[in-house]
Amino acid sequence: MTQSLADYVPRIEDLGKELGLRYHPVEFELVPPSFMMEVAVYGLPVRMPHWSFGVRWIYQMVQHKMGNSKIFEVVFPGNPNRAYLVNSNGIHENSLVVAHVLGHADFSHNNLLFVNSQREAGYHIVEQAAAHAHRIEQAIEEVGAKRVEEVLDAALALEQHIDTRSPINRPHFPTTVQKPRKPEADEPAFMGRFQQLPGQGGEAEKTSEAPQRAKIPPQPEADLLWFIAHYGPDMEDWERDIFLAVREESYYFQPVFNCQIMNEGWACYWHARILREADFLPDELYLDAMKTHSDVVRPYAAEKQVALAVNPYHLGFHIWTKLIQERGVEAARRIMEEEDDFGFVRNYLDPELARDLDLFVYQAGRDGEVRVKESNIDQLYEAILAPKYNFGAPRVFVDAIKSDGSLVLVHDHSTDGRGLEPNHARHVLGYIHRVWRRPVCINTVDMKGEAQTLQVGRAA
Amino acid sequence: MSLSETLAGEQGNRWYDLFSRGTRDWLRHNEKVREAVRDALPNLVGKSDILSRPDNRTVQVPFRMMEHYRFQLLKPSRRSGAGQGKVEPGDVLVPGQGPQRPARGSEGEGGNEEGGPQFLLEFQVDDILDWLWEELELPNLQPRDGAEIETMDYRREGWDKRGARSRLDRRRTVKEAVKRRSVAGQSATPFTNDDLRFRQLVRRPQPSTRAVVFFLLDVSSSMDDACRKLAKSFFFWALQGIRRQFTHIETVFIAHTVQAWEFDESQFFQVRGEGGTKASSALRKALDVFDERYDNSRYNSYLFYAGDGENFFDDREASRLALSKLAETMSFLGYAEVASVRARQLNTEMAALFHALVSRGVAAGSYSISREEDIWPAIKSFFTDQTAEAS
Repeated sequence: MTQSLADYVPRIEDLGKELGLRYHPVEFELVPPSFMMEVAVYGLPVRMPHWSFGVRWIYQMVQHKMGNSKIFEVVFPGNPNRAYLVNSNGIHENSLVVAHVLGHADFSHNNLLFVNSQREAGYHIVEQAAAHAHRIEQAIEEVGAKRVEEVLDAALALEQHIDTRSPINRPHFPTTVQKPRKPEADEPAFMGRFQQLPGQGGEAEKTSEAPQRAKIPPQPEADLLWFIAHYGPDMEDWERDIFLAVREESYYFQPVFNCQIMNEGWACYWHARILREADFLPDELYLDAMKTHSDVVRPYAAEKQVALAVNPYHLGFHIWTKLIQERGVEAARRIMEEEDDFGFVRNYLDPELARDLDLFVYQAGRDGEVRVKESNIDQLYEAILAPKYNFGAPRVFVDAIKSDGSLVLVHDHSTDGRGLEPNHARHVLGYIHRVWRRPVCINTVDMKGEAQTLQVGRAA
Repeated sequence: MSLSETLAGEQGNRWYDLFSRGTRDWLRHNEKVREAVRDALPNLVGKSDILSRPDNRTVQVPFRMMEHYRFQLLKPSRRSGAGQGKVEPGDVLVPGQGPQRPARGSEGEGGNEEGGPQFLLEFQVDDILDWLWEELELPNLQPRDGAEIETMDYRREGWDKRGARSRLDRRRTVKEAVKRRSVAGQSATPFTNDDLRFRQLVRRPQPSTRAVVFFLLDVSSSMDDACRKLAKSFFFWALQGIRRQFTHIETVFIAHTVQAWEFDESQFFQVRGEGGTKASSALRKALDVFDERYDNSRYNSYLFYAGDGENFFDDREASRLALSKLAETMSFLGYAEVASVRARQLNTEMAALFHALVSRGVAAGSYSISREEDIWPAIKSFFTDQTAEAS
């Protein structure tokens, strides 16, 4: 069985290349389902230990036992790509999966977000994550599991709070700035305004050229992992290392998250197309594979008529199919290179397609009632994309380090539209406090929209 | 492309066949739950009536999966989402009907429902105790030195060539036969009467494994519910600790105001009295019960008195005498001062009486308990006092 899969793989690849797929080489590996499940939970084949993965793992186990979840493949982009296939799946499923993986490999090789992230985070995320895990094991041996766990509690809780617009290796902020001279304290403020009339201030300015301490950060900083790792006043090197390890993995995860609809849709389009054109596959195998295909891209479970979520495989597949039909592969490839899910959905999910796919917006009340809402296309975009904004996390920034070393965070509640859930926020502040070792606070708003400061730790 | 590589790999064992990270991290999660449960234990115990239940006593503890917190927005009163299917605006889709396909990489949506599944953990009280003793590094209780109580008991000791059939030691017998045959050579008979070995019993003094524990509770009107709950928790854990050491335990419950009565456990903590406090009444009652029912030479005896420290001034002398008398027979006298206000710290009438005992070198101790958090330190110090006494 595997023998014949091994025979098909090069032919599927040749066909993919013929159809215009361009990608780094792919290493396929057949693994048992239990391993697959762990990969799905940890996001990477080898990753740092943390109890929160245990919780996700048990959920996944339960789902799996109930037959609600089936994992076909996981592929890690890089050079080479590493693809894992389930060894208990049939040859028809795995032939489909091989073609699907090629679609992903093409996507991650050409999409701008992936290209950037791999340039920053490297082309060997699997090995890098394993190296992180190894270093963390060493830290556990040196300082004990409990202390390492505390640092991971904080770092993993902030996993989404990175800023991929900045390179992964960033210089520190300048520590000093040249500021225009400020009026002396005893000068009347009114008079101060006349000290520096244009053309007159030459002398006065010269006397104030001693550099001043810069505000850190100079402007609100979104990359909490980076900031804490570099500016934590009393952090030890191994602690900073853990923060940066988590950050590096997040740089890798972010494009996966931001392009999920596009990427899965692209892979589904190509596996369907490749199998259709693969005349070397026996008819029977092709039919079975197509059955699997329709299971993957169906909008809702077979026995249901309505889903309260949109299957990204399904949505992406249909947008791409329509695009390629109407504009051709080359135009689609350009879109694939340039967009992420936000642009992709807003620009190419048109009202007609939304209607054909029976997409709708619903509202769930506190009482649990779910009601279909009258909605226009923009509201539909918002409903699909809202959970994806800002890596799925509230917009939280570092505002300042106070003179006593305490850390001030600020939540951009006006953009997010709501304040932070205070219980969660307090716990997260608690995690941060343990590594920052000085008081940590965050400014947000409460339920009524009034300013609220949450703080953990007291000034010494 | 290297699928062939995999084929080789499939024959040999990969690391993931031998090791599950998921299990490792799940076990760590459960360890954390146990830690959390431990913190809540004194509280749980105060609520239930598990003091003298039969042996397979268990406590049920509801718990949720631990949550690894992240920053999260406040829940809106109305949550919007996108769905798919043939529906019309205004249709009510009762929740739970639509399948929630677990979309990978977006558990930010799916995972934030309030709480998550609840589990009911059942703990054997004895398991909890073992684990607590280990965790708190509590010493094991020792019968008081000098007052060591011994009973005569039969023990197995040595072997003999004659004995009752039921005490035939087969292993030993075969050993003897093998020895004999290896000397005598091949023609030897398999077994002879001389090979037989029987276990012998001898009478030896044994430390007594019986204990009686007296619980004395002030139920006068000044003892409110909070105080009783604290007293109950303290009694429970003290009893459990003693139970670890002795196989046979009897309990006596005495409540008092100016008078004292004996109760069974179920009534004991419900009792509500009126009026003032005369501790001597309870102490004398304990003396009477002990003399009447328990043979001093066969029982280790412990007495715990819990109250808010109030005692009538004119009862001081009577209480002092009764305590001295008790101190002669009891292995230990414990006093737990429970007060819902933390104002006075062991400078009450009763505290003074127990303090006097301690300064006379009697095995006694006082503990001040005004909050649930004080129970553990009190228990710990009780068991530490005990070892200190014994050594």
